[in-house]
Amino acid sequence: MYPSRFRYEAPRELTEAIKLLHEGQGEAKVLAGGQSLVPLLKLRFAAPELLVDINNLPGLDYHRVEPDGTIRVGALCRHATLERSGSLAQRQPTMAAAAPLIADPLVRNRGTLVGSLCHADPQGDWAAAVTALDGRVVAAGPDGVREIPIRQFATGPFENALRYDEIALEAVIPAPKGTPAGGYLKLERRVGDFATAGVAVAVELSGGLVTRAGIALCGVGPSTIAALDAEQALAGQALTAAAIERAGDLAAQAAQPRRDHRGSVEYKRHVIRTFVVRILRDIAGAAERAA
Amino acid sequence: MSPLFEEIVEDPAAAEVPTRRVAITVNGQRRVAEVEPRLLLAHLLRQGLRLTGTHTGCDTTNCGACTVLFDGEPIKSCTMLAVQADGHEVTTVEGLSSMSELSPVQEGFKDEHGLQCGFCTPGMMMAATALLKANPNPTEEDIRWALSGNLCRCTGYQNIVKAVLWAAAKLRGEEPTHDGAA
Repeated sequence: MYPSRFRYEAPRELTEAIKLLHEGQGEAKVLAGGQSLVPLLKLRFAAPELLVDINNLPGLDYHRVEPDGTIRVGALCRHATLERSGSLAQRQPTMAAAAPLIADPLVRNRGTLVGSLCHADPQGDWAAAVTALDGRVVAAGPDGVREIPIRQFATGPFENALRYDEIALEAVIPAPKGTPAGGYLKLERRVGDFATAGVAVAVELSGGLVTRAGIALCGVGPSTIAALDAEQALAGQALTAAAIERAGDLAAQAAQPRRDHRGSVEYKRHVIRTFVVRILRDIAGAAERAA
Repeated sequence: MSPLFEEIVEDPAAAEVPTRRVAITVNGQRRVAEVEPRLLLAHLLRQGLRLTGTHTGCDTTNCGACTVLFDGEPIKSCTMLAVQADGHEVTTVEGLSSMSELSPVQEGFKDEHGLQCGFCTPGMMMAATALLKANPNPTEEDIRWALSGNLCRCTGYQNIVKAVLWAAAKLRGEEPTHDGAA
């Protein structure tokens, strides 16, 4: 199928891109990796008047770990780059676990983390990982640059907090205070299918205790779900079998799954619980071996 | 001519439809085309440039039959606009072989019969070509992982994996055998 007609601009400067979006008055769309947007255009679920392709903007294809441990991922950094990243593998286990599970290898060569956050798909893998890590989105608009906490970024299914004339430039993962540990698990019927359920866990450990816990769920609600009760229950605790089981129970309660062809409500809650427990057990086991 | 190209020519409002000139290096050759921004790269290749080896299977970014190499990386050409390829290099399945010789990957698919209906084969071979460039000595697991974005409804993938193992051996200068690990 052909997308409906649109005007296409591929500016080489950020100010020009923002100006185009501003003039678009909400009828313009940003094109980055295009791995969600182009399918939507083809199905004509999306029919913007103007596409602002940001692939020619300089300096956005990067990811880096700063000396203090803060991670910055630019708007044109592709999933495949994160999948192959040695620094993520060493420094950020939740993201390193999520990267190879995004869509399929062909999509990973084009799609971007920041674009995935903007797309705000309730089944989005990166949204879950970045939520567990309490990240932020840096956005630039006519009035300058602002940061939006990830937990306020998705405002509903496929809706985000960006104004129509803002561009998401970067995702920021704050520096951990303790030792970062975590994982990402997703159940999918086959590679590239939407997640039946996905769980991202990011904890920081210090002196045998969890100093911060982030747990986020995808595919089991109208948007990414932060399992707040489970996070709070873990904070300040040692990763004992009882604490792990309790976090699993609370996360499963936080899920809001719907019955569909991928499974029943009970089944999806069970998957969430199992994944939370599995990741936390792995963390506890690794911490024990390291001690 | 392609449906979209005819549409532009026959549409009385054709003059009103904005097009863009793109220059794309396709299989090593510079090709220049005037395209509507909404034209997908897969359609430009197939209908505009007559390179019909790139297949469109699903229209929904699932199947990978339209896989081409974009600046050396395998991507779904149905999920990129032709205008986005301006100034870039694209390799299609037609670019794998020379006039007289199949590429090792093509030979592998032939020798190990890595196909049944053949529809997914061009995409499979493009993804396999990219894999072997990055990893000359892949395991069966590596191959299955690299081809996981390419769907085959016929083979069950067994002979496809064997074909890639065959090609890997050939590229390493070894004598390929028929008892691939698959």
